[in-house]
Amino acid sequence: MRVLPVGDHALLVELPTGEAALALHAELLRRRAAGTLPRIGEIVPAARTVLLDGVEEPGALARRLTRWEIPPAPPAAEAALTLSVRYDGPDLDEVAAAWGVRPEEVAAIHSGAAYRVAFCGFAPGFGYLTGLPERYATPRRGTPRTAVPPGSVALAGPYTGVYPRASPGGWQLIGTTDAVLWDPGREPAALLAPGVLVRFVPEPAS
Amino acid sequence: MTDRAFAVLRPGALTTVQDLGRPGHAHIGVPRAGALDLPAHLLANRLVGNPPHAATLETTLTGCAVRPHGAVTAAVTGAPCGVTVDGRPAPWGAAFRVPAGAVLDIGRAARGVRSYLALGGGVAAERVLGSRSADLLSGLGPAPLAEGAILPIGAPVAPPPPADAVPQPGPPKELVLRLRPGPRDDWFAPAALTALAAGRYRVASASNRIGLRTEGPPLSRIRRAELPSEGLVLGAVQVPPDGRPVVFLADHPTTGGYPVIGVVPERDLAAAAQAVPGTPLRFLPLRRAR
Repeated sequence: MRVLPVGDHALLVELPTGEAALALHAELLRRRAAGTLPRIGEIVPAARTVLLDGVEEPGALARRLTRWEIPPAPPAAEAALTLSVRYDGPDLDEVAAAWGVRPEEVAAIHSGAAYRVAFCGFAPGFGYLTGLPERYATPRRGTPRTAVPPGSVALAGPYTGVYPRASPGGWQLIGTTDAVLWDPGREPAALLAPGVLVRFVPEPAS
Repeated sequence: MTDRAFAVLRPGALTTVQDLGRPGHAHIGVPRAGALDLPAHLLANRLVGNPPHAATLETTLTGCAVRPHGAVTAAVTGAPCGVTVDGRPAPWGAAFRVPAGAVLDIGRAARGVRSYLALGGGVAAERVLGSRSADLLSGLGPAPLAEGAILPIGAPVAPPPPADAVPQPGPPKELVLRLRPGPRDDWFAPAALTALAAGRYRVASASNRIGLRTEGPPLSRIRRAELPSEGLVLGAVQVPPDGRPVVFLADHPTTGGYPVIGVVPERDLAAAAQAVPGTPLRFLPLRRAR
C-alpha cells in the first residue's frame, strides 16, 4: 500500500491489485459504519486506488492507514443483485470471435460468472464490474458509437458495464436489461454502487 | 400564477442555477457541481438575506435578463457588469428591490466571466441528490436557462441585512494558481514542475465549468504506461496526452486516466472561474505535502 497526498485535504491510496482496492474500500465502509473513521467527504474507489477526499488531517489518517490489517473483501457468495439480460447485443459476434467461442455461447459464459462493482465513473450510476475470468478480457470497439441505448450490457477490457442512460460509448454491446440502473429520485440512486455483488441471468429467448 | 417565480427573457450565452453543489456522491460517478466562484455566490446570497445554500444564477460573459412575477430583493456579484431594472441603473454588489413584473437585466461582464444573481428566497428549481446545481458534465440538475422558461423562487427566510458595501476582488489580470505537487508528478520529467512554473501559459477559450484549459508549453511525461482510472479532486491539474494542463473545476469527472501533476487549492479557484480566455496564467508550485 502506498499513500499519496493529493492537495491539502485528500489522500490517494494505491494498491497492488484491483482486489486489494476492493478490500480496502470494504474495510473503509465497515469502519465508517462502526464510527471509527474520522470524517471523510468522499471515498472513491477506482481500478487500483481508493481516493479519500475531504479529510481534515490527511497526514494523521495516512499514518493510521498504513498500520491497518485489511481482510479480503467478502466472498461473492452472499446475496447478489440479479439483473435479467437479453443477450442480443450487436457486438455478440465480435466478442465471440475475440473469445474463440460461438456467439450462442457468450450468454452462458458471461452469466456464469459472479460479479462485483469495483468502482463507478464515466456517468452517474455507471459501474465497472469485475468477475469475468481474465481470458475473456475484451478489446474496446475501434470506433465508439455516438449513441448507446440505456440498459445496454457491455464489455471492455476486464470489465462489464451497463449503460444507465443513453450516451456515446466504445464498449462492446452483448445484451440489454430493463433494470433501471440510475434514478436520482430513488434511494439508492445507483443500483450499481461500489461493492455491490451482481449476477446476470439470461432471459429466455422470446 | 404564483408571485414566487420569474420568467427568463434572455438566457445569455450560458446561465445556470447553482448552489453549493452535491458533494458526497463521487463514488457513484456524480460530479460535485456548484457555483464556480463560490465567494461571489455566498456574497450574493448574504446581500439578499439568503442562507449560503440558496441557489443563485451563474451567468457566463453575456449576462441574462429575467422578469420576476412578484416584487423581490436581488443582488448581483462576481464579474462586474451593468445592472438595470426596467432600463434604469441598479447597483452591482449591493441589494436592490425589483418591482413585480419589472425586467431585471444583468449586462455583459465588463471584466471577468461569471456574475451571480441572488433573489430573496433563492431559485427554487427542483433538487437532485440534495442540490439544485446544474451539472453540465453529467446533465444532472436543472437545464441551463432557456428563453421563456419559468423558474420558481423560494420563500425568503430573513430580511436583507442593512446595506453594506462589500469589497470584491477584481477579476485577475494575471491568474496565479498555487499548486501542491502530486499525486502523479513522478510521471513527468524531473524538470516538469520547474517548466510548469516558468511556462507562459494562457487561459484557453475551450475552458468551461468542467475545467480551465490552458495554452502554453506542453509538459513531457517520462512514463508512457496507461494510468488505470483513479479518483479526481476539485482543483486537480491533469495532463492529457497533448501535454497541456487542465485545471479541474466543479463539474469535473469523478475519475480519470491521465496523470495529475498537482492540485490547486480550492481558494484559488474563484479567480480561475473569472479568468477570461487569453488571461496570462502562472502556476506557483508549493512544497510537497508531507
